Amino acid sequence: MLEMKSISVPAGRLDFSEKMTGAAKFCQDLRPHGMFYAKTLRSSKPRAKIRAVRLPLLPDNVVIVDWRDVRGKNIVPIVTDDQPFFARDQVNYIGEPILVATGPNPDELRKIIDSIQVDYEELPAVLTIEEALSRTSDIIYGDHPWFVSYEYLKGDPDTAIHEAAISVEDEFHTGYQEQAYLEPQSMLAEQKDGVMTVRGSMQCPFYVEEALMQALGWERTRVRVIQLPTGGGFGGKEDYPSIPAVHAALAAIKTGRPVMLVYDRGEDIMCTTKRHPSCIRVKSHLDANNHIIAREIEVLSDAGAYCGLSGVVLQRMIYSVPGVYQVQNLRVSGRACATNKVPSGAFRGFGGPQAFFAIEMHMEHVAREIGVDPLLFRKTHFLRQGDLTATGGRLRSPVELEAITDSVCTLSDYYEKRSTPKEPGGKLRGIGFSAFFHGCGFTGADERDIISARVRLCKGEDETVNLYVSSAELGQGAITTLSKIAAETLDIPLSQVLCGYPDTGVCPNSGPTVASRTILVVGRLVQEAALKMKEHWDEAFCETESHFRYPGGFSFDKKLHTGDAYLEYAWGANVVEVEVDPITYSCNILGAWAAFDIGTPIDTTIAAGQVHGGMTQGLGYGCMEVLDMKAGRPLQCSLTDYMIPTSLDVCKIDFRFVQSESVLGPYGARGMGELTLVGAAPALAAAVENAIGKPVTQLPVTSEYIMELSRHG
Amino acid sequence: MDNAICFLLNNRSVTLQADPLRSLLDTLREDFGLTGAKKGCGEGECGACAVLVDGRLVNSCITPVIAVEGKTVFTIEGLRETPRFQELSRCFAQAGAVQCGFCTPGMVMAAEALLMRNSFPTEQDIRTALSGNLCRCTGYSAIVAAIMTAAKEGEGLWPASFDPGI
Repeated sequence: MLEMKSISVPAGRLDFSEKMTGAAKFCQDLRPHGMFYAKTLRSSKPRAKIRAVRLPLLPDNVVIVDWRDVRGKNIVPIVTDDQPFFARDQVNYIGEPILVATGPNPDELRKIIDSIQVDYEELPAVLTIEEALSRTSDIIYGDHPWFVSYEYLKGDPDTAIHEAAISVEDEFHTGYQEQAYLEPQSMLAEQKDGVMTVRGSMQCPFYVEEALMQALGWERTRVRVIQLPTGGGFGGKEDYPSIPAVHAALAAIKTGRPVMLVYDRGEDIMCTTKRHPSCIRVKSHLDANNHIIAREIEVLSDAGAYCGLSGVVLQRMIYSVPGVYQVQNLRVSGRACATNKVPSGAFRGFGGPQAFFAIEMHMEHVAREIGVDPLLFRKTHFLRQGDLTATGGRLRSPVELEAITDSVCTLSDYYEKRSTPKEPGGKLRGIGFSAFFHGCGFTGADERDIISARVRLCKGEDETVNLYVSSAELGQGAITTLSKIAAETLDIPLSQVLCGYPDTGVCPNSGPTVASRTILVVGRLVQEAALKMKEHWDEAFCETESHFRYPGGFSFDKKLHTGDAYLEYAWGANVVEVEVDPITYSCNILGAWAAFDIGTPIDTTIAAGQVHGGMTQGLGYGCMEVLDMKAGRPLQCSLTDYMIPTSLDVCKIDFRFVQSESVLGPYGARGMGELTLVGAAPALAAAVENAIGKPVTQLPVTSEYIMELSRHG
Repeated sequence: MDNAICFLLNNRSVTLQADPLRSLLDTLREDFGLTGAKKGCGEGECGACAVLVDGRLVNSCITPVIAVEGKTVFTIEGLRETPRFQELSRCFAQAGAVQCGFCTPGMVMAAEALLMRNSFPTEQDIRTALSGNLCRCTGYSAIVAAIMTAAKEGEGLWPASFDPGI
């Protein structure tokens, strides 16, 4: 057992008291004098021309804001310029914003919104991936049925396939997953002395700032964005908050009032981004020694009506889908398909959960096909330190997949449970395993080319140190862990470091709070800035900055998809045990176990919180979180219908950290926020497969699906 | 038509003129400035708005204010002044039971409601008591552990009782 590093010792959350006592002010808790509310009118058609919008007679104090009020550019600035802040003459998904009504009374606004009539001329909509790909005319976006299409090769798959002794093929399908953060999207905009200040619930203050500058057409100096305590994000507050922020800001300009825009829960589920549904085909080719010599993988994702982050999510899907395995010859392709549905986007794991579900279930299926123990089969293909990844990047830090696997198998008693024969007539028990990674930080060289993060430290006369970063505190503990890195490096008590919520008027841009980059990238910069400060500690005032530098020897070719897809990797393995009722097909989770290599944990209590929370979301994704669409409309638009795990749905989770140090991260830390979600669903699905003896090929594994498999599969 | 409605709010007698069907949550947040209870769904599903009415846990977002006429209403702002809260707070901190904090006030009220009627809960009792309060961050484990510790180490703070009914 490793001795715990001092940085890992739990220090207590710095934001604990204000949250525990209920004193923390979330956006909905603010009520500046003279505040107006705002409600949004949304498209009720998946694809239609807007012929006319008929307003009722409005009270004097109610003001309508729409595309005509956008003085800058009516396009959300995110990767691809395609999504408007307000629809103008066409809507492309149910829930797309058309206008906002603002006034002093929210109940009155709701009635006004309900009484507005929109005359639509309906157009034929594309509602599924299959429909998108089969359409030959009336393409809904550009010249192709997809927003982006990628392909990469490793080795020489064609030659290898020719030499294969056996080939095994699978097709997997996954559904939507809704972030279901407890605090809905919320923004408060206020204009004062020519400056627009927007405060609210968000992951990326500088994304919101960029959106405001673009929509308002204002200079950076006239726009300020401040994050408030945020009731969870999980990716759902990565890019989406730009839209309510701009709507609230435009309403504030037009009325001269502070404007609060808080989504209803149903509205939030209907119109904000979710995890991409996917279809993934995997074909493995093996030689006579049961070794995989080539793989062909095709990934299709349902991007919805606008591209948004779908290209970047697809990159992560295609770089993750080869799994934790060394295969010399690969052909991997992916397309993010355009459909007339709510845009899909970021959700913790960012394409990883779909990819690892597919590859891990496929590994189970191949092992069964060739009659080899699935864990042994995996182990013979595990990646190792020094190996080249699917994209040809070098794995520089240690890769402890064997140790991780052994750790979780011991913890869960996997082999004993797996080999126990099923009792006839009783409930069906099963146990399943998954191994996975998460690439930490932005894809390829984007940390250098797109983000270029900066952090700043200021020491005052009283020897307190102010830490300025744009990393948002979402509950994951960013304020505490980044402050700990500064305190540890400066060798001062944690209480001497002061770090508030990010404010674009004060903080340098250390990038968005996404991609498991906060500790690895921002934390490293905090450590560097603190080291510089340490050299000048005796000076009365001292200010140090640190800028991201792309590490030497790394490179990535975005067009060819070759090189270091990520700066660093974190690794994990999960085991889940289930019990399936052979009559009702209900599935009960009996146990969940994990081993993770996140490098050095920066605070073991906070890290444990990420494990429990992430795995619970992963288990929800695996078996209970159903969001179906009918004619482009979500069928589950409340927390009654869209079910996330309650305290009774999940069991105790036991886990270990297998620590091997990252060569890049501060104190040897890797990333961890997303890793913890990625492997739970495939382990659960493998457990159900083990219980019922039928191949599982879709998520979520609901009782209805188990029934279908058991009776007809 | 507004009614005069009287109740005991955090041990203080209050009277207000209000639409009797106005939600207790809006009343607490907007008329009394008690913003600890949150609006997470507005349909009684998430429990972020949970408060105690005559010692029972209710979702204040779907409780009309007239329903608390003559009753005692206890919110996180009242509870946080008690030694029981100090114990819960110590245990929540130690277990790492708070992340984003949005569900926390409701969770703490659920813990208080449980411990007041069952001061020796099993893990299953705690999980059942929290099952109307959603948390998307913690996976519940740390919250369950915190309440378990509070029950053990806070002996005497809650009346020694066991009432299996909810």
